[in-house]
Amino acid sequence: MNLWLPMAAGAGALLAVASFVGTDWDLPPVDTEQIGYRGTGMYNSRDRETEAALQAANVVPPAPWEADPEGDRAGDIYENVQVLGHLSDDQFNQFMAAITEWIAPEEGCTYCHNAENFATDDVYQKVVSRRMIQMTQAINEDWTPHVQQVGVTCYTCHRGQAIPANVWSRDTSPEPQPGMAGYRAGQNVVAKFGGNSSLPQNALEDYLLNDTNIRVHSTTALPTGTNPNGTKETENTWSLMMHMSESLGANCTTCHNSRAFNDWDQSPPQRVTAWHGIRMSRAINNDYIVGLTPVFPDSRKGPAGDVYKVSCAPCHNGVQKPLYGVSMIEDYVDALSKKTQTGVPDYGTYVPGETLTLEPAPEPGTTSSLAPALAPAGATGERNVAAVVGQ
Amino acid sequence: MALLSFERKYRVRGGTLIGGDLFDFWVGPFYVGFFGVLGLFFIITGTALVVYGAAIGPTWNIWRISIAPPDLSYGLALAPLKEGGLWQIITVCAIGSFVSWALREVEICRKLGMGYHVPFAFSFAIFAYVTLVVIRPLLLGAWGHGFPYGIFSHLDWVSNVGYQYLHFHYNPAHMIAVTFFFTTTLALSLHGGLILSAANPGRDRTDPSRQAEMKTPEYEDTFFRDTIGYSIGTLGIHRLGLVLALNAGFWSAVCIVISGPFWNQGWPQWWSWWLNLPFWS
Repeated sequence: MNLWLPMAAGAGALLAVASFVGTDWDLPPVDTEQIGYRGTGMYNSRDRETEAALQAANVVPPAPWEADPEGDRAGDIYENVQVLGHLSDDQFNQFMAAITEWIAPEEGCTYCHNAENFATDDVYQKVVSRRMIQMTQAINEDWTPHVQQVGVTCYTCHRGQAIPANVWSRDTSPEPQPGMAGYRAGQNVVAKFGGNSSLPQNALEDYLLNDTNIRVHSTTALPTGTNPNGTKETENTWSLMMHMSESLGANCTTCHNSRAFNDWDQSPPQRVTAWHGIRMSRAINNDYIVGLTPVFPDSRKGPAGDVYKVSCAPCHNGVQKPLYGVSMIEDYVDALSKKTQTGVPDYGTYVPGETLTLEPAPEPGTTSSLAPALAPAGATGERNVAAVVGQ
Repeated sequence: MALLSFERKYRVRGGTLIGGDLFDFWVGPFYVGFFGVLGLFFIITGTALVVYGAAIGPTWNIWRISIAPPDLSYGLALAPLKEGGLWQIITVCAIGSFVSWALREVEICRKLGMGYHVPFAFSFAIFAYVTLVVIRPLLLGAWGHGFPYGIFSHLDWVSNVGYQYLHFHYNPAHMIAVTFFFTTTLALSLHGGLILSAANPGRDRTDPSRQAEMKTPEYEDTFFRDTIGYSIGTLGIHRLGLVLALNAGFWSAVCIVISGPFWNQGWPQWWSWWLNLPFWS
């Protein structure tokens, strides 16, 4: 009895059927946007059903009410208002009503506040929220090259959930086998944050937490021996780029002409926005998110024990302009558009349930987890701008 | 051009598909036929239009001349000559000349009383081209999805269209096509090596001053039976080569026609069905 042939044929047929019915095929018609000169293949095609679902899922919620900017300041009325004290009483309550809908619509005020005394800081979510409000203010004031005048609010990421849907943390599965046989250079498994490819699975760590060089492209047609980057570095970059594309529902040609990925002159202008976005994500992770590590309980951390971090995905959610470019900021201009108090407490001293007031440290030091030499934001920015001009 | 001694017996009348005896003649060694005339018309028109396109274009550099398809905004309509209309007419000429050539091959096959293997095989190349410049643009709703006619520019198009799906190596039909292409070259190199060595056996063993006689297929079969335990045979290798080569072209057409009309995400995401198989999900 020689059954291996029918068995193999049967298994092959089953896999073929599974590949046909088990994946998300589209059907024509599709809508295509032309990005470059005709015939260059610079197109972005979108399936109509997918696009309709995205449109429905990315609608801006209305403000709870129109706030009156007149009247006594919140900082004078309530205790322990560190960041939003400049708002009027009505503005303050309007913003609190909005943030409840944005972050914890089920749990309500007590998700962040002690029901017996709203002024205390003993609920860790309140400490996190305060830092996140500082972050939102900083994004809207300092990162206009990326967020333009549209700006961001808490809703841009949170969408009614305490943890935004598309955050990332260190991906440790599957655990590599011990020893030399287990070495796979961080790749060859499903990269959840690399577009489900088999490219390096933790590339986001290198580029959105650390400051690894993304530019691996040689600038000459033939090798000159001066470019130290090999396939590994290139695929690491590719993993990041796949993540960006998937996050934006875009593709490589949205920002690059693939005939010369490196060349700014041949690239669509969106690449400049994306360049700032990479630096913005890196700054958010280092200056605002990683510093909060002592405050978060283990249940709010990834499997490797690191806090959930941002990339393009939490804001963009599969759309090139988050929420299709509709601005929410005008209803919350005074609360979110400008930095107010920028002080940073020493989060290492925080004890949930016990710390009643967490004041900014007199000398906050650095909350950035970038290497010390790279820590001053200005220096990093200048160096990278110079690199761009140099190309 | 001199007539080879055996050619005259192949010059038989009849077997034409169209035109009866009207074009059933030879010019020198070349059979004409209705499709020879039609093909020549398309070849001359198309080539002249390419030269015209180059003349109104920015360069005479042979590598950089490019006849680009229309903007997507023209959809499936005709475009002005200088804004892609030229590409549309050249495409008609190209398909016309390719199909004429295939049908002329059919007529020659009929004259010779042989099978249609050659035009059948050529039709796969035509099918792949038509898929790129007609079928896929029709499915996507604009002629602008065709590739530009230029040596460098069509390569740039291939690159950019591939990167629209983030990583084209994850396209399953591309995988199959590439596998067939490589297998075709492997089979051809094995076959070519075998024929060359059988045809050039070196010195005669008993009389080294003489060239040995060419080896027979028995020797060829024995070589592969000795080395891999199986020889497909003299006829079989050509059938295998045909199957491999035609599949390479066919799956190439499939891999590009599913990209866009039937798939708009990155190709790695297509494999979700594999990741979701019940064995490990």
